[in-house]
Amino acid sequence: MGAYVLRRLLALIPTLLIASVIVFGVVRLVPGDVLDLMLSENAYSSNAPEDRAQLEKALGMDKPLYMQYLSWAGNALRGDLGESLWRNTPVTEEIGARLGVTLELGILALLIALIIALPVGIVSAIRQETLADNVGRSFSILALAIPNFWLGTLVVILPALWWGWSPPTEMTPFFEDPIENLKTFLVPSLILGTSLSAVIMRMTRTMMLEVLRQDYIRTAWAKGLRERSVVLVHAVKNAMIPVITLVGILVPILFGGTVIIEQIFRLPGLGQLLLEAVSTRDYPIITGVFLVTGVVVMLVNLIVDLCYGYLDPKVRFDR
Amino acid sequence: MNMKADVTRRTLLDVQDLHTVFEKDGNEVHAVNQVSFDVKEGEILAIVGESGSGKSITAMSLLRLIPSPPGRIVGGRVLFNDQDLLDLGDEQIRRLRGRDIAMIFQEPMTSLNPSLRIGRQLAEPLRVHGSVPKEKVRERCLELLRQVRLGDPEKRLDAYPHELSGGMRQRVMIAMGLACLPKLLIADEPTTALDVTVQAQILELLRDLVRQNNSSMMLITHDLGVVARYADRINVMYAGRIVERGTAEEIFHRPKHPYTLGLMESMPRLDQAPGSRLTPVPGQPPDLSDPPPGCPFHPRCRFAEARCRSERPPLEQITENHWKACWVDTDAKR
Repeated sequence: MGAYVLRRLLALIPTLLIASVIVFGVVRLVPGDVLDLMLSENAYSSNAPEDRAQLEKALGMDKPLYMQYLSWAGNALRGDLGESLWRNTPVTEEIGARLGVTLELGILALLIALIIALPVGIVSAIRQETLADNVGRSFSILALAIPNFWLGTLVVILPALWWGWSPPTEMTPFFEDPIENLKTFLVPSLILGTSLSAVIMRMTRTMMLEVLRQDYIRTAWAKGLRERSVVLVHAVKNAMIPVITLVGILVPILFGGTVIIEQIFRLPGLGQLLLEAVSTRDYPIITGVFLVTGVVVMLVNLIVDLCYGYLDPKVRFDR
Repeated sequence: MNMKADVTRRTLLDVQDLHTVFEKDGNEVHAVNQVSFDVKEGEILAIVGESGSGKSITAMSLLRLIPSPPGRIVGGRVLFNDQDLLDLGDEQIRRLRGRDIAMIFQEPMTSLNPSLRIGRQLAEPLRVHGSVPKEKVRERCLELLRQVRLGDPEKRLDAYPHELSGGMRQRVMIAMGLACLPKLLIADEPTTALDVTVQAQILELLRDLVRQNNSSMMLITHDLGVVARYADRINVMYAGRIVERGTAEEIFHRPKHPYTLGLMESMPRLDQAPGSRLTPVPGQPPDLSDPPPGCPFHPRCRFAEARCRSERPPLEQITENHWKACWVDTDAKR
């Protein structure tokens, strides 16, 4: 299995290479030019062509795009993702300062989603067509239907209007005061997690219903096992394989969600950084954020594949 | 042979007027309709019929394993050691499953959980019913695997089902069924999915182990050849009802019901003239949500008379060891 993980990690390199070409190219296709922005904002004496050329050269954007890419990629291999065009701070530093916030938000949201989705989905399946099932399914349809940016905005606005309460906006580092830190993250990750849980719950329910019809479940009943064992030992493990796959697919979607939620709750995460970078055409930052999230998504998929090996004994990693 | 005809033995299971219906597209399908039969101690009783005749549903109704919805047991009594299983609470019937009455199924390929090791699955009935002390469970599992003659039992305990062949898996299923020394073993088409050579091995193994444990067995099959060799008594089922019953010898040598006759003719025999063709029972089993009036077999019956189309014949005793549900004297008409 160690060899398998190593092989998969090595396979990340070509994937990332291709991804970086696409990201690098697409970012430059965004209409509007950082030079125009800088020239107008810094109120250069005039919009004189020589000023523009000078700035272009200073930013290293006078070379052809492929040359820019090669020098960027060369630096990236050495762990240098360049500098922010506006702030002159290293991109790795900017990302490093924000990554923790997004990761924490994402992980908490995913945990909340699973904590809600798995029990509700399982109970919904084993009590099919009962009150519990209908409540569970209605909840999931509701959660699917409500966009999280709308829910997030309401959660910020309504309590402020009614009780003068607003979610904390000050960030306390987790290791300094975990309780205070979690207080900040609780509401945003609940909102993200709830909307995520709907899809996972529906998949869990469907798969459980599918597995509960299998012959080996009948065997388990015929042995005289308790319902608890039949469900938890015999059904859940087999039902989890597609659910885990789904979780892997949801992670990029979750990242999209964090961008919006971070904005609403003013959390200084990657999403906020990205949004700001896009509006100021800060190319190195945009490319860097995409690269880092790409790595995270690919690592998650590796973990998903390793989970298959645990859940399905037919999956072998050594061959 | 004497043992086979012995009707004085104690009754272990007494099924009376069992009636199971399924809800299908708003219609009630009477999958098992007023079925009565009994199983004596130490006996091998066969239930024979085409697929869809209700034999598996009968078996599953006994242990209340019918998926509900859509299935429902609407009437009858299932007396096991004089206790009505249909009256038991969920917890009581659970304790009985696998311990007093065990069941093995048709599909060894899918009847074992693909994600759990054989040893774990085999140990489950022992653990849940506390049949052997905890520290003895592994030992008992090995003993069971040796009993069903599965080679290299130590290694098999750690194997997953996909690492075993169909025949090996069915041996594991048998070991699992026999783990708690049940008084009654229900074997639902235990060899249908297996190769012919393996079929005989498995059936012999089943018979030997059942005799050895002093258990009874209910053998459910569509294969009259199987029944002839292993069963003491036979119930022939058609369209959710028992149409003929008797000792294996009676049913084989003196079949009376046209359906049983048809089954016999459709079976390959060694004493048949070379080159002669097998005769299948013509037609299809009836749609049980809308069964024909009268005898359910009459649309396919070559002896059918006017009365068969309007009145359903009851199951009546015709000799000491023989019952049939048919208006026609088939012997006279043949």
